[in-house]
Amino acid sequence: MNALLRLLARGRLWVDALPWGWMLLFFAAPFALIAGVSLSTSELSIPPYIWPLREEGGSWQFLPDLSSYERLWDEVLALLSAGGELEYLGAYGNALLLAALTTLGCLLAGYPFAWRIARAGEQWRNTLLLLVMLPFWTSFLLRVFAWMGLLDSSEVGLVNQLLLGLGLVDEPLQLLYNRGAVLIGMIYSYLPFMVLPLYANLVKLDQRLLEAARDLGASGWTTFVHVTLPLSRRGIVAGSMLVFIPAVGEFVIPDLLGGGGVMLIGRKIWDDFGPNQDWPMAAAVAVVMVAVLVVPIITLYHAQRDEGRRR
Amino acid sequence: MEAAAAGQGTGFLRVEGVSKRYGQTLAVDDISLSITKNEIFALLGSSGCGKSTLLRMIAGFETPSAGRIVLDGEDMTRVSPHHRPTNMMFQSYALFPHLTVRENVAFGLRQIRPALPRGTIDARVDALLDLVQLRPLATRKPSELSGGQQQRVALARSLAREPKLLLLDEPLSALDKKIRQRTQLELVELIRRVGVTCIMVTHDQEEAMAMADRIGIMSPHGTLLQVGAPGEVYEHPRTRYIAGFVGETNLFEGRFESGRLACPGLPQPLALPAGTATPEGTPAWLSVRPERITLHGSDPGEQAGNRIAGRVGGIAYLGSHSIIQVEIGGGRTVTTDHAAGALAQRTPATGEAVWVAWPPENGVVLTQ
Repeated sequence: MNALLRLLARGRLWVDALPWGWMLLFFAAPFALIAGVSLSTSELSIPPYIWPLREEGGSWQFLPDLSSYERLWDEVLALLSAGGELEYLGAYGNALLLAALTTLGCLLAGYPFAWRIARAGEQWRNTLLLLVMLPFWTSFLLRVFAWMGLLDSSEVGLVNQLLLGLGLVDEPLQLLYNRGAVLIGMIYSYLPFMVLPLYANLVKLDQRLLEAARDLGASGWTTFVHVTLPLSRRGIVAGSMLVFIPAVGEFVIPDLLGGGGVMLIGRKIWDDFGPNQDWPMAAAVAVVMVAVLVVPIITLYHAQRDEGRRR
Repeated sequence: MEAAAAGQGTGFLRVEGVSKRYGQTLAVDDISLSITKNEIFALLGSSGCGKSTLLRMIAGFETPSAGRIVLDGEDMTRVSPHHRPTNMMFQSYALFPHLTVRENVAFGLRQIRPALPRGTIDARVDALLDLVQLRPLATRKPSELSGGQQQRVALARSLAREPKLLLLDEPLSALDKKIRQRTQLELVELIRRVGVTCIMVTHDQEEAMAMADRIGIMSPHGTLLQVGAPGEVYEHPRTRYIAGFVGETNLFEGRFESGRLACPGLPQPLALPAGTATPEGTPAWLSVRPERITLHGSDPGEQAGNRIAGRVGGIAYLGSHSIIQVEIGGGRTVTTDHAAGALAQRTPATGEAVWVAWPPENGVVLTQ
């Protein structure tokens, strides 16, 4: 009996240890490495940096090189004095703007999806959810390439063919390689991440609350604004996080559909790690991006927790 | 009886031949009802009998498949819920969890167009909160209230728009038994003070009897079986189903035989209330309420009316009254109910030989 209990206790230990170990191995350790690289000195070698913690003059020393962060800080100063080139800050801004627009687009498109599925008969819900996730069964790249085929700016593009065929336009429109194309591709790709948490929230919404609002004289729209929307706030926040955070660092969709015309931070990191061989700079940009994302997330988390307590 | 007669055709609320069909099933089957102004009416039935569907049709959440609903002379059948002068207190209340008590109560007032001045809304909400004695808790969220307090918020919210008709869906089923009995009386008192016509739906016959002026009993198949004042329904049930559903009863099955009811297994035919039509050989049932039966240590004699010998089976002592079951042979038991102090002698012991007896006029003859 005691032996069995001990075994069970150990089983529990494993369950506890696995997520912690996972986070340590696949988040904390790599992040520490990247942070270390960001403080390294750039060097033409393999690997192309000198680790800040190194043996020099017979003893171990910590010799951080802050030049990458200084470059970013200089851009902040340049921004404040409204002069100079904003190579990285511009890329951050573009990425945050694109992520924000993607989140908004996904929310506007995803809410009706989630609502409809949550209100469908119980026997239909799983099927409908499956349909939302169905595109994930094909390769992500294939789907982005499909968008390239649809939006192609010559007579070959499917949308242009349709518009020309219907006589709505006289010559093919420039549909690809602009911000619109990137935004469409982003919203399309990230939509399910918005729909799923929203659905999980809306399906729990007590139908009688909506009836109560109607009974008390509220129109459909008033009921939505004053009852449904506030009660689905947690779902909206969860879905927005799931879309916004990966969207900031998104690299493939803007590159393929935007043609690299708009410089985003993901592209910047790619360039510095790749062609530019400036690993410390790329690492610093990545560290700052995490910081930029973590601050609003923690703020939001605390706001939600306090809200939860008040209830 | 009088209210029902006076209400015909001129009732404040008239439900005229209303049916509701879901696919193949008929949830509500051709119900007609007339309710007078300021009346408290209870729809009583087992769960799934269609009583809630009928209430939802009156509120506007469901559209009847057939029939009309007329409130205060206006046909409401196809008016959407937010345009009806009815308000519902929902089962387990459906209070808005993200709003405070005050905001919940004010919700309906804020929907009135043209918009009421803020001061008017505030004053009205204050008055309602005073009515249900919740003013000190106005800034709380529903989750911070007890069940009884939530019920009062729900009531205040449903009264805010001064509805012509108040609908209560299982108003007290979410409360503990002890609070429920006290709340029944409070609720009736409040409804009377406000002077609103009220329809409640319940499966709890005690709740219906305690609160309503009249009760409508529904069959499990969505038909209305009998409408009457609580006493009338209890004392003169029209069918066996009603006799069993409204309170406890003892049913004796048999056939009419020379003015009496001959029941297989009983030593002698049962005497019936005077004036009962007894067509020879017709099957019928005699319903006798447990509290209408007396218990005797020895044969009470001819003048006691119907009497059957048996043995005490089970005794349930309930304080204010006791329920004693008497086995009368053939696997049959007669349930008797005795108010405290009403037993002629001491409480009998289990297994003791006793006689049950009741005068003929204490029974009710049922033919369906």
